[in-house]
Amino acid sequence: METNYAVEMRNVTKTFGSTVANKNVSLTIKKGEILSLLGENGSGKTTIMNMLAGIYFPDSGQIFINGREESIRSPKDAFNLGIGMIHQHFKLVDIFTAAENIILGQAEGRLNKKAVRARIKEICDKYGFKIDLDKKVYNMSVSEKQTLEIIKVIYRGADILILDEPTAVLTPQETERLFNVIRNMKAAGKAVVIITHKLHEVLEISDRVTILRKGEYVGTVNTRDATEMMLTEMMVGKKVELNIDRKEPRNTVKRLEVRNLSCYNREGRLALDNISFTAMGGEILGIAGISGCGEKELLESIAGLQKTATGSVIFSDPSTGTDIELIGKSPRVIKNLGIALSFVPEDRLGMGLVGSMGMTENMMLRDYNKDGVVFVNKANPRHLAETIKEELGVVTPSINTPVSRLSGGNVQKVLVGREISSAPAVLMTAYAVRGLDINTSYSIYNLINEQKERGVAVLYVGEDLDVLLSLCDRILVLCGGKLSGIVDARTTTKEEIGLLMTKSGKTPETGEGKGETEDE
Amino acid sequence: MSKETSVKEPLIRLTKRDGMPVWAKILVYLVSILLALGVSALFIFFVTKLNPVDVYKTMWQGAFGGISDTVRKLHISVTVRDICTLLLLGVALAPAFKMRFWNCGAEGQMLMGGVATAFIMIKLGNSGLPNWLLLIIMCAGAILFGAVWGLIPAVFKAVWNTNETLFTLMMNYVAIQITSYCVALWENPFGSNTVGIINQSSRAGWFPELFGQRYGLNIIIAVIATVAMFIYLKKTKQGYEIAVVGESKNTAKYAGISVKKVIIRTMLISGAVCGVAGFVGVAGVDHTISTSTAGGRGFTAIIVAWLAKFNTFFMVAITLLIIFLNRGASEIASKFALNEYAANIITGIILFFILGSEFFITYKMHFRRKVKEA
Repeated sequence: METNYAVEMRNVTKTFGSTVANKNVSLTIKKGEILSLLGENGSGKTTIMNMLAGIYFPDSGQIFINGREESIRSPKDAFNLGIGMIHQHFKLVDIFTAAENIILGQAEGRLNKKAVRARIKEICDKYGFKIDLDKKVYNMSVSEKQTLEIIKVIYRGADILILDEPTAVLTPQETERLFNVIRNMKAAGKAVVIITHKLHEVLEISDRVTILRKGEYVGTVNTRDATEMMLTEMMVGKKVELNIDRKEPRNTVKRLEVRNLSCYNREGRLALDNISFTAMGGEILGIAGISGCGEKELLESIAGLQKTATGSVIFSDPSTGTDIELIGKSPRVIKNLGIALSFVPEDRLGMGLVGSMGMTENMMLRDYNKDGVVFVNKANPRHLAETIKEELGVVTPSINTPVSRLSGGNVQKVLVGREISSAPAVLMTAYAVRGLDINTSYSIYNLINEQKERGVAVLYVGEDLDVLLSLCDRILVLCGGKLSGIVDARTTTKEEIGLLMTKSGKTPETGEGKGETEDE
Repeated sequence: MSKETSVKEPLIRLTKRDGMPVWAKILVYLVSILLALGVSALFIFFVTKLNPVDVYKTMWQGAFGGISDTVRKLHISVTVRDICTLLLLGVALAPAFKMRFWNCGAEGQMLMGGVATAFIMIKLGNSGLPNWLLLIIMCAGAILFGAVWGLIPAVFKAVWNTNETLFTLMMNYVAIQITSYCVALWENPFGSNTVGIINQSSRAGWFPELFGQRYGLNIIIAVIATVAMFIYLKKTKQGYEIAVVGESKNTAKYAGISVKKVIIRTMLISGAVCGVAGFVGVAGVDHTISTSTAGGRGFTAIIVAWLAKFNTFFMVAITLLIIFLNRGASEIASKFALNEYAANIITGIILFFILGSEFFITYKMHFRRKVKEA
């Protein structure tokens, strides 16, 4: 048997209840190569890798590590085989320093701190990591935490690294640095797997691409032979038009004026710092920023869900032309004034929908209270649920199935569908396409564009800069609760936005300045 | 393929089920009850040296049977009476629990309802009011007192976000103290330290016999409450709001629901129905008031509400089971001269198995497959 493979998985199947997450998937990972695992959400990318990392155990199939069949029953087994996985949600102890997190759980015999630090330093130098070992995790940026996770895994002796959507939370500059590190790891002979659904990254970094679709193995191609079109087709199963039809904004009118808006978040930190901007009807205003930059508070303040400290939000009614102050009004008061404010919040099941309820009952959420009857009227929401299921292609056993049982993409379709159905004057979306497959993403972009043409003022908070650049008319960039700039989406570049997102010169670490301790 | 002996699956793996058809759920429950009876039989045989079949027969007799027709009728009517009171309390908890407001104060809310009932019974018993009017006034008083006892923790929860479990629990003790003060106040005969049977000769404020049934009115009240609460929770806007608040307060705010208002309103209802249970307990069953009028049923109701998943119709089945076990247990305790604990152990075993069956309904177990010869 060829032992050039670091990992070989044969006919691996995993089911959850009646859902088949992976069906007879076979794949190989070579030493010293970067393999991209490409697939839409729900295609089973993370599941198959979780089986390698010992988090799930396959229902059937074989796993060979360095040519030997192994059974990986726990993350500990995986560690012993040199497999390390960096999950989307970091598993770090917040109140520990970087060094403490790396050593954690490794104490065999006496702890020689000096030797440990020397080894960490050696790893950092070898692969090009930059990290402050004495910095506490709660003071770290997302990118630093990710770096720490990777160092931790390498320190524990991993030769096979799996990164689950590593770039989802990074700025373009941070992504570039991560890719450099990954290339260094490849050069050192490690096998690296990147789980992703971003095509340009696949083409940029990987040697081979393995594509999964709906839990099944589609194929593996060498990256140098691959094109974006071809990969999309393999991923989706049919040809997809990857163009966003951006029309020039017509007849824009002032719809929403935000003036000097400030607010504190639950921890009492200033989350929005003196924000002023105007959103026009008939235009898509993109909002970019690293997660936690105040985007959530901004939308919630406008929706009447967030207590504000100062400032005002003026809504200009398109039909009457009157100006109405929104600050200080609850969502119900705003609705009763006849202001159609639609909001797709980031937390779909925790805020936008009720997980234990079916589509019908979720349709009622926004206007169940419209008429003054004691009993709920389920006929209209049922009709709306059927329509949305039909038009957006929501995959659900029935419109009465609890929405928490649906996949992330379908949950989002339900939410976006409901919000758009109410013919809004302002549409606010936070990460509207997060977790959605390409097809659905593009149908959501189209829906948003339709709203724009209807004269709706759209506020689009997004994380994918490529999409922001091709969908929006203007892009507002937030950094740490401050407005760092509003740019024209047609003329700006990814790099410019990336810099505005971190608002500092070259590296994000510098200039943060908080909680840093002096070096030795 | 090479044969590998080092590859081992874990012995037992658990996976979550997608859902289970209703018949399968019922089957699991039936099997669990049979298993429970089996285990209890072992306990009965080895610890008390009695014949388990005899013991079970006696339990059945205690709840639904009897040596003669009169005894049987008496047993059944007592069983039905107890079911009504417990069911009312379970129904009272349903809206609060659906809102994830852990009302552990049904005991106190029922007692306060009972105190109000007894107070009006004593004060207006000789006023010459027609009995139906007196009953309505008593019921209104009980609803008011129960609702106030539910309102207090609700306001604290809504405004200052206090812990409702602790708060409602402590309110029970306050209610007990108030009750014992009232008992001392209304003592009759003097020095007995009990209130005695109120209006024994005039029967003013007692539930009348309905359709020849001593507890006819109890049944009617329980049935109305059960059906009304079902409709309230499933079909009304307020019921919808309760479900949304229970699932996620953030979603409720997003939908423009005033969380505070819903908490307060729902606890008023929950407390009010508990008050009705107190009214039924005093005017329809005991005709007196004491600190043990609720008798721990406010807590048993929590089990009822949970086992029934807050569905008021399932509560009927659960209360039936629990009351059957209680009645049966006290019957075997007296007949076989066992102490109460032996009977309670049997009850405990059966409840334990029923709770355990939840596990098998939620999860599926996979055992390591036998190695197949390749």
